[in-house]
Amino acid sequence: MKKLMLGNEAFARGLYEAGVTIVSSYPGTPSTEITEYAAKYEDIYAEWAPNEKVAAETAIGASIAGARSFCGMKHVGLNVAADPLFTFSYSGVNGGMVIAVADDPGMHSSQNEQDSRHYAIAAKVPMLEPSDSSEVRDYVKAAYDISEEFDTPVIVRMCTRVAHSQSAVELFDREEHPLKDYVKCPQKYVMMPAYARPRHVVVEERTAKLITYAETSPLNRIIENNTDIGIITSGICFQYAREAMGDKASYLKLGMVNPFPVELIKDFCAKHKTVYVIEELDDIIETHCKKLGLDVIGKELFGFIGEFSQAVVAEKLLGVKNEVMTFPENVPVRPPVMCAGCPHRGLFYCLSKNKITVSGDIGCYTLGASAPLNAMDTTICMGASVSALHGFNKARGEEAEKKTVAVIGDSTFMHSGITGLVNIAYNATNSTVIILDNSITGMTGHQQNPTTGKNLKGDPAAAVNLEELCHAVGIKRVVVVDPYDLAQTEAAIKEELAAPEPSVIISRRPCALLKYVKHEAPLKVDEGKCVGCKMCLKLGCPAISVRNGKCVIDHTQCVGCGICTEVCKPKAIIK
Amino acid sequence: METRSIMIVGVGGQGSLLASRLLGNVLLAKGFDVKVSEVHGMSQRGGSVVTYVKYGDEVCSPVIEKGEADVIISFELLESARWLPYLKKGGKLITSTQQLDPMPVITGAAQYPEDIAAKIKDMGVEVTAVDALGLAEQAGNAKASNVVLMGVVSAQTEFEEELWQNAIEQCVPPKFLELNKKAFELGRAAR
Repeated sequence: MKKLMLGNEAFARGLYEAGVTIVSSYPGTPSTEITEYAAKYEDIYAEWAPNEKVAAETAIGASIAGARSFCGMKHVGLNVAADPLFTFSYSGVNGGMVIAVADDPGMHSSQNEQDSRHYAIAAKVPMLEPSDSSEVRDYVKAAYDISEEFDTPVIVRMCTRVAHSQSAVELFDREEHPLKDYVKCPQKYVMMPAYARPRHVVVEERTAKLITYAETSPLNRIIENNTDIGIITSGICFQYAREAMGDKASYLKLGMVNPFPVELIKDFCAKHKTVYVIEELDDIIETHCKKLGLDVIGKELFGFIGEFSQAVVAEKLLGVKNEVMTFPENVPVRPPVMCAGCPHRGLFYCLSKNKITVSGDIGCYTLGASAPLNAMDTTICMGASVSALHGFNKARGEEAEKKTVAVIGDSTFMHSGITGLVNIAYNATNSTVIILDNSITGMTGHQQNPTTGKNLKGDPAAAVNLEELCHAVGIKRVVVVDPYDLAQTEAAIKEELAAPEPSVIISRRPCALLKYVKHEAPLKVDEGKCVGCKMCLKLGCPAISVRNGKCVIDHTQCVGCGICTEVCKPKAIIK
Repeated sequence: METRSIMIVGVGGQGSLLASRLLGNVLLAKGFDVKVSEVHGMSQRGGSVVTYVKYGDEVCSPVIEKGEADVIISFELLESARWLPYLKKGGKLITSTQQLDPMPVITGAAQYPEDIAAKIKDMGVEVTAVDALGLAEQAGNAKASNVVLMGVVSAQTEFEEELWQNAIEQCVPPKFLELNKKAFELGRAAR
């Protein structure tokens, strides 16, 4: 039976068919659905961990215990999980362990477009890279076999276009892999210097064996069409190249992108007059070829930035471009916005109104940086809002402490905000941290987290009490506000900024898109009262616009949150 | 058969994922190789979103580039204008007449162009413009305008109605099945 599956759904299918029993991940676009789909299989235990490092270490523990285990993350998540990865590469596995890392060329939903292949090279672990859903499932199964045969964790690299494209997948039965015996072996699993030194030797020997495997593995395959043009490629770029070039070129498709074969690539280059390397982001394959002394053309033509497509390949290699129609007038851009009824809006409106400097973080609320709120000064990585606020305040002193805050979501705070808050308390800056507690991980599509009281399967779970946690790390001033109440929210911000000690404001209201959140009836504008002052437009609510000088509210979008009634001086917005 | 390309464009939250799944399932049932490329994450938050559907004997790339789409199905007029460069010469546009102001228009930094459908028609494009929102409200819920549009598409493509009905049954939760079937019928009957 064939089924249309997202690459991420096919990944979960691969986990199921490969007999995986333990899954621990942290959500991140475009990797999230792997773990969500995995959780639907009764034979798999799946969980959301507080962050990628914890997830990877959980999967490592399960592997040592003898289970086939998995953890999934986006590219920047691997930065967080890099520490266990580098050392578990030395230990090697008991039950097979696979890590999914999903890159985001073009930055559809990310803060950078780093190339995860560097991690496979640096940590000396094999990496596979599929190019459609069917291959995803096959490669996941192959990855577990490689993991156990070569005694190594294996990374499967996804990218947005593979993760979030559906294509047909044939379904197979699950292979059962009962728990392997756990045998105490400190020489393998206790990585202190005396035991780690011999393991490094094992790692280098393993890489040599993997290179030999790469020469003949079916993961690396040649499609021979002609001898003029040869293309070395992998992953989604294989699909772009094949669509653009068809049988005008031959292909060496590398399914394993670390380590690379040597002879296979040399032979392929020898057989073709001109050889192109087509790879998004960095010049990993190209550098390998050039180290072998091979004359290939890559980044000089394609560059290092953004996504490719069949059109990019056709333009660079064939010099052809499609004819394009263009609408004759300016088409205004449509950037993403906070949803109507978003609880973050009220808070950011108050920050914007008071011209507060805002140390930002990663989540839906990063949209607070956009017009008309423009209420964010920095966004670096998960958790940086809190720690960077401390550094900012240390550098600029009292003047900054009185008008600078950090904003961080509940899930991001659990991920890596807590340690920053510990630092604020411990090393004493008079910092004000605002936790935007919307009771869910929003941007990635509503995943539970340790504050929500539910686990991945939706069952009841222990919930972190944010107030008590903040108290426990040494923050005495903790206040809770409802961001729909602008007066209360603004007063709390002013008061905590003025207070002579560090404080946390918890801005608490569930995400408006949560199914259990009941909405009020849409609001309307009393045209007789509306003076067209446009104060309500400063909220940046997508449901409010202007027609003929008067504000109008789109009843299909408005959820009746009412914050516009609080800023409308003539009281023209009514139920 | 050469690969055919359909784009579904709209505003995050309008339900383009369900629309592309319906279409993908119909095409798979017809025995085509199918690829559907979706957008998740950041762009879903009220931003401009696009879904690519490609089918044929063998589909390679899941994405559609400028000048490649045989059909664009648009949930919103401004998005029709935005994605027009992706339409192939001689391609078709099926658009909802719904208008949603983007933030630069709301803040007054830009103007929403007038008579978008007519201007695109003037460029020689075959345009079908339907009040999908009105029909969805008639069916019982404004959110069903995605399925109304798929009804319009079904009337313009050669695939059997039964396949669409099956796809709706597969993709829509039972609670909303009746609403969506009604929305589909209204779209299918619209001209």
